[in-house]
Order: sequence, then structure tokens, then C-alpha cells
Amino acid sequence: MSVALTRRPGLAALRTGWGPLHLLCLGFAAVVVLAALLAPWLAPADPNAVDLGGALGGPSADHLLGADAAGRDTLSRLLIGARTSLLGPLGVVVFSTVGGIVVGTLAAWCGGWLDSLLSRSTELVFAFPGLLLAVLIVSVYGEGLLAPVLALAVAYLPYVSRLTRSLVLAERRRPYVSAYQVQGHSAWQICRRHVIPNIAPVVLAQSAINFGYALMDLAGLSFLGLGVPALTPDWGRMVFDGQTAIQHGYPLSAVLPCAAVILTVVAFNVVGERWADQVARRDR
Amino acid sequence: MSFLRFVVRRLVELAVTLLGASFVVFGAMYLAPGSPTSFLLSGRSASPEALAALNAQYHLDDPFLVRYLRWLGQVLQGDFGRSITYRTDVAKLLGDRLPATLLLVAMALVVVVVLGLLLGRFGAVRGGATDSAILVSTTLAIGTPSFVAAVLLQGLFSVKLGWFPSSGTGDGLADMLWHLTLPAIALALYLIGMLARVTRSAMLEELGSEHVTVARSRGVPERQVISRHVFRNALGTVLTTGGLIVSTLLVCTILVESAFSIGGVGQLLELATTTKDFPTVQAISLLIVALFMLVNLVVDLLHPLVDPRVTLGSRRSAA
Amino acid sequence: MNALDIQGLRLQLPGTARPVLDGVDLTVAAGETVALVGESGSGKTLTSRSALRLLPPGARAEGKVLVAGEDVLTMDADRLRALRTGQAAMIFQDPRAATNPLRRIGDFLTESVTLAGKMNRAEATERAVSLLGAVGLGPELLGRYPGQLSGGMLQRVVIAAALMGDPALLLADEATTALDVTSQAEVVALLGRLREQFGTGLLFVTHDLGLAAAISDRVYVMYAGRIAEVGPAAALFEHPRHPYTAALLAATPRPDAPGGRLAAIDGQPPDLRQELTGCAFAARCPLATELCRTVVPEPVKVSGGHLAACHHSDQLEGSTARV
Repeated sequence: MSVALTRRPGLAALRTGWGPLHLLCLGFAAVVVLAALLAPWLAPADPNAVDLGGALGGPSADHLLGADAAGRDTLSRLLIGARTSLLGPLGVVVFSTVGGIVVGTLAAWCGGWLDSLLSRSTELVFAFPGLLLAVLIVSVYGEGLLAPVLALAVAYLPYVSRLTRSLVLAERRRPYVSAYQVQGHSAWQICRRHVIPNIAPVVLAQSAINFGYALMDLAGLSFLGLGVPALTPDWGRMVFDGQTAIQHGYPLSAVLPCAAVILTVVAFNVVGERWADQVARRDR
Repeated sequence: MSFLRFVVRRLVELAVTLLGASFVVFGAMYLAPGSPTSFLLSGRSASPEALAALNAQYHLDDPFLVRYLRWLGQVLQGDFGRSITYRTDVAKLLGDRLPATLLLVAMALVVVVVLGLLLGRFGAVRGGATDSAILVSTTLAIGTPSFVAAVLLQGLFSVKLGWFPSSGTGDGLADMLWHLTLPAIALALYLIGMLARVTRSAMLEELGSEHVTVARSRGVPERQVISRHVFRNALGTVLTTGGLIVSTLLVCTILVESAFSIGGVGQLLELATTTKDFPTVQAISLLIVALFMLVNLVVDLLHPLVDPRVTLGSRRSAA
Repeated sequence: MNALDIQGLRLQLPGTARPVLDGVDLTVAAGETVALVGESGSGKTLTSRSALRLLPPGARAEGKVLVAGEDVLTMDADRLRALRTGQAAMIFQDPRAATNPLRRIGDFLTESVTLAGKMNRAEATERAVSLLGAVGLGPELLGRYPGQLSGGMLQRVVIAAALMGDPALLLADEATTALDVTSQAEVVALLGRLREQFGTGLLFVTHDLGLAAAISDRVYVMYAGRIAEVGPAAALFEHPRHPYTAALLAATPRPDAPGGRLAAIDGQPPDLRQELTGCAFAARCPLATELCRTVVPEPVKVSGGHLAACHHSDQLEGSTARV
């Protein structure tokens, strides 16, 4: 059986010959993650300190990257915002990976009615774009990070579970599994100690690819004011706030978070695709 | 399998999935903490009469399944209930706002198909520096969410250069087209990158195939080799992304319409979500899911026409 | 005039230490059937493809490849296209891969001549129908897709397509390898008939010695980009004068040799990344001497039209292939 990662179409074309770009993206992703981890120590000012006098100011000694329409320090908001902007997608990826592995393994190992039920549900979830499912849940639960993260995790779960299912089906046919079964190892032990570690690299590559998309979806939600609570700095929210600044002819506080979103998504996409390619080549 | 039997089978499948989707959409309301009444009111004070009206509208005293079936029956008759925020029929709200959204999505779709195919074809055929430039720009496009594109385009083309209006829907077709140009580009950007990539890699795959060498060895001019053998053969793969493209366009209208204050369905979905106007959210969600499935059905029907190797019922769809 | 006349063809690929084709001389007279045999990687496919200037990207070619008297390697693009639609045509190994699965048979047959402006649609369709008849297929195939035909039928279609431009030279590159045995025999018989009927020169590239013996007037044996031996089919197979030909014949399974052992040739063909001094076959040759390792053997005439590029071909004089 041929097993393929589900990439969003298009990115699969990234191949070798991308050495320098890949390194650049890997470096940028590392910088963003570090910035998010160290943000409280790096941020020069309180990201929520309003200073109407300094509103829409350009770069200065006080505000290295200027200030937004409410006079809040853009650099500090970018740094602190990196935390929520990365934490959300991380949650989505963790939940969807764990859930997808469980669902996919169950479907493949148990087969029968459970398999067809899970496959049917997968089809159903595919019909809901991630953002729509998140909006639906937010309209019930109200704003906050957890509900949309869970909704997106559900939306992304089928990508992981379908992959896991086909991988486990292939793995199960290998002789060592029946050898362990004959020796009396339980299905749970075989899956936990052998099957799942064997398929993990491919599944994790899929999850790495999902990260960039989850970031885009969650930033979109907070742009709409539906994601993170209003006072929490977040890149999507900063883009929304920046709209006012742009209307007044001061684009800096909007352009910076825009650039942060684009570059981070691109970096994670390129790194994830590269990783997926390497895993695919190794398995061949 | 005969064409008619295939269509009927797919329609049944579509109905079953839609039924599941409607159940999800209906059931989501009951995930909310607290009683349905308090959720539906969500903090709004209500007179006893209004409460009674709500109870009557949602038949909150009936068992869950009965309520679902009654709601489904109404939906099938085009009755999506009344909007809590706007106090009018959801169907009428949608009818008023659908034209702007459909026009926006259609414009974006045209841009996506034309530019995506052109760029992909160009990159595959030219190679070298042209291809690298297209690869880099499509990588950027794929990393740009539509709301980011919307804000950046707004800043450059309406605030700074003043070429296009920064918000509103416009009156009359010409004015609407003018108002919707920037939003359509913002909506299209990500998908242009995606489609260009799909086209490019599908064409490169064909370019390496033996029948292309054979066509060249028989003296078929290079232009015709590209159009008749390479591009033509790549179209089947491109077609399978149709459902994904349309559903992405529809969902992202929520971002783009609110960025440009366009009075369409997307903006309505945003407003309905912030005001917890659940009947409206339900209707729009169902609409998007149904359109996605409909487009996938059309893609499945068209695929054998584009690629004779694909017979009806064997799907080669890219999910 | 010869249908094909290759003179001293050298072909250098990027990233290799020695030319993949090293001074190949080969002729196909009008109406003649010539077989070109060798192991995979010996350069036989490149040689036949050079007749249509289908060279790998980055390849540098020296020498002359004359098709109907014109040098293919130096002609301009328009002339080359005209040659490809007319004088020369190729039949490829795998008919399934050679045809575009998305285009109808009729379209495949006619596209080359109509797009080149040699015929209008009606003329082209008429010729396609008559050629389909010549290869034993009916006109109803015009509307079918390649996926609806069997491999044998499809290879006949490919042959018919090669004949569309009325070529003086037909290149068959392992044209029967991908087919099952019965279709193979049919296609071989068909090619023989067509050659008589249309008077085309045929260069038949194959690794199957039995097939080469059965079909061809003359045979070229190729090894590591050089012609090892050439001669009339009967003389060459019955009295090989190059140790490589002898070894190839010994390695060919024969049903009429009861209990005969197959003699595999020891060693590997030389690597393209290494330069060659002397005879390319020296490392695997039982007759090799110091001379063979240092001096490249020139083709020597051993009898009328029979040449062998071996320093020790006289040692094989009077030898017969093990039958």
C-alpha cells in the first residue's frame, strides 16, 4: 500500500536545491521560538501599557519599533504576542497528533465496524474547513484560546488519523508483529513499544506541516476578535489593531505583525516540508 | 457503472454526509455550558413572553432528537429560523447578503484559476531563474493568510495610493466590481500560490514522461507539446483541488469581508459569532459545507471528462 | 544513399570521464534491416536516438549522423522537425508509456503530420486508417483511448504512427521487449512485412541475440560505447570473431542445447566515471594481453563485410559459437 503524507497541495513541490532557504527558515523558526520562550525577559516594556501621547510614534529610543494607535510598544507586543501565536498552534498540533494516532491505530488494529465508523466520521470532518469549525465552536463557547484550539485539533485530526491508519495497517502485516503476538504480548504492548515508535517520524512530519496552517487559522480567529481574550497580545489581534493605524497613514504597527505572521508560517512550512521529504526518502 | 447510477449514488452519499454535518451543526449548540435558553439569550434580558416565544420556537420541552428532526424539516424547506440579533428570518438575511459574497468569491476564483495556472505553467516550462522567482513568490503567497493580505493591500492601494476604496460593497455592478477588486485579490493570494505549485509539479511530472519525448521525436512543435500533452495532462490533478479551493474561498470571506467591511455572508458570520446569534451561524455553516460537497460532486463528475483513465466512481481526489 | 550513416559519433555526457559513445560507425542501407545488440548501458539506445537528435540534456556530440544524406547534428530546428515528421521515425520500447493516455488513438496517429502542416486532417485520417489496416487493426480504433487497447495492439498503433510520415528510416528501440511472447512474434513479423512493403531501412535495437539473428541482414555488436563487431547476421553468429560476441552467445539460453550450461560473463561493464585505456572488454576477456590494456583495437576486416575490433580476433578464426 502506498502511504503518502497529506500535504496541503502545492507545498509538496519543495525539494532539494533549497539548501540556503531551508537553513534560513530553520534559523528564523528557531529565533521565533527562542523569542517566545524568553519574551518576558526580552520585552523592553509592558506590552499593555497605554501611552496615548506616544500613539503611532515611529521608531525611537523608547520604542525601538514604534508604538501602536494606543501608544503600546510594538516590539514588546510582538515578543509577548509570539507566545500566544505559537502556543495555540502547538496545542492544535499536540492534540491532533495524539488524537489522530489513537483514532488511526484503533481503526487499523480493530477494523470492522469501528474502522468504518471512524472512517465515516473522518469524511464528515473533512467537509468542515478548520476555520469554520472553530467559528462554530467559538459561537457557542465565546472567546478564549482553548475552544478554538480544540476545534482546530478536531479539524486537523483526520489528516493524522488517516495517515496513521494506513501506516499501522502496513506495519501490522510485518512478520515481527505476529511473532510478538505468538509470544503472548498484548496488542497494547505491541502498539506502544513497536508499532507507534516505528511510524512516529512520518506522523510527526505530517504534524509539522499542520503547524503552519494552524498558526494561520488561529491568527485569523484572533484577527476577528474570536480567539485570544482582548487584552492578550497576539499577532492576529495586532494586525486588526494595526488597521486603524494604517488608515491614519502610520503603517508600521500593522506591517510588523503582518511580516511576523508571514515569515513564521513560511519558515515552519519550509522546515516541515523538508522534514517530510527526508522522512519520505528514508522510507523508500 | 452508468452515469445516472453514479450520480444517484453520489447524491445519496452527499445527503448522508450533509445529514451528519447538520447533526454536528445542530448539536454544537448543546455543547454550550448552561441551559439552551440561557445560551440562546446569552446575557440578554428577556421578558417572560420572549422566553415563552423562544421555548416555542426551539421546542425546548421536546426530546433532543425530536427537536433535531423538526429543525431539519424546517431547514429542508428553506426555513433556517429567526436571527436573534437581527430579528428577521435568517433565510432573508442570507438572501440579501449572498450576492456580494458570491460575486467576491467568483472574482477571486477567476483570479486564482487564471494566475495560478499561468504562473505554474510558466515556472514549469521556463525553469531557471523564472522558476526560482515563481517558487519564492508562491512560497510567500502560501504563507500569507488572507486577512494579512487584506490589511497590507488596503494600506498600499487604498490608503497610500488611493486607487481602490478601502471598505464597503458599492452599488451597481461596476461599482461593486471596483469595491471588490482588492478583497478578491486578498482572498485569492494564498490559493494562487497553492494552485501554481500544484500546476507546476503536475506539469514537471508530465514533462519527464516518455510520451512527451515521443511527441517531440515525432516533430510535434514544442508549443503544442506543452499545451496538448503536458498542460492538458496536468489539468486532471489540478481539477481535484477544486473542492478545497472553493471551500477555502468561502470560509476566508469571513476574514476578508470584515477587513474590508463588505456586507456579505462572511461579515454576517463574524457578527453572528460575536453576538452568539446561533441560528445564523448554523445556516451559514451548513451552506458552506453543502457548497463544498456540491463542488466535490461536480469535480467527480467532470474528472472522467478530463481524464479518460478515471472512471466514474474511482476517485483520485486530493483531500 | 544510405538511410542512416553514422560516422565517428562521439557523445560526452556531463559528469563522466569517458564518452558514452566513442567513435561509433554504423550504416543502414535503404530497405535493409540492421540489428544493434548489446547489454543495457552499452550505448545502443543513445546511438539510435542520435538519429533523431534525441540527446540527453547537456550532451556534447561529435561526428556525423547522416539521415538520407543530411547531418542531423548540425541542422536547424525547423529542418530537424521536418525530418522527425518525415524521413525518420522511432518505435519506442513501452507502447503504454509512449502514448499519451489522455488523447485518442486517432489524435496520436495524426498529430505529428497535421501539426507540421504536411497534411490536412482529412488526408491524415485517411492515411491513419490505411496504416491501421496495414498493421492489422480496424478504423474503429481511432476514437479509442490507449488505456482501452492491449499492449500488443498499442504497439501496432505506435508502429502505424511511426509510418505516418512515410519514413525512409525506422528506428525500433527494444520495440518488442515490453510485449508478451505471442505479440512479440506478431510485431516482429509485422515489421518485416512493412519493411518490404514500404522499403524503409530498419535499425532494430535489442539485447535479444536470437531475435537479432532472426530478423536482421546485418548485426552490430556494441560494448561500452564502441562497436565491437559487425557483420552479416549468419556469419557473425556462427563464427564470432570478437570474444565479447562469443561470450554473449554463450550466455544466451538455447533450447536446442541439451543440458548446456549458461556461461555468465565475469565482471561488470566499465564504469562511465573511469577513463578507458585500450580495449573496453579487456578486463573481462579471457584472451586479453598487455596490448589489449594499452592500445584501442581498430576494427579489422575478417571476411567480406565482417569486421571485429579485437587484437586477437585471429585466435577465434574457425571458431563456431557453442551450439
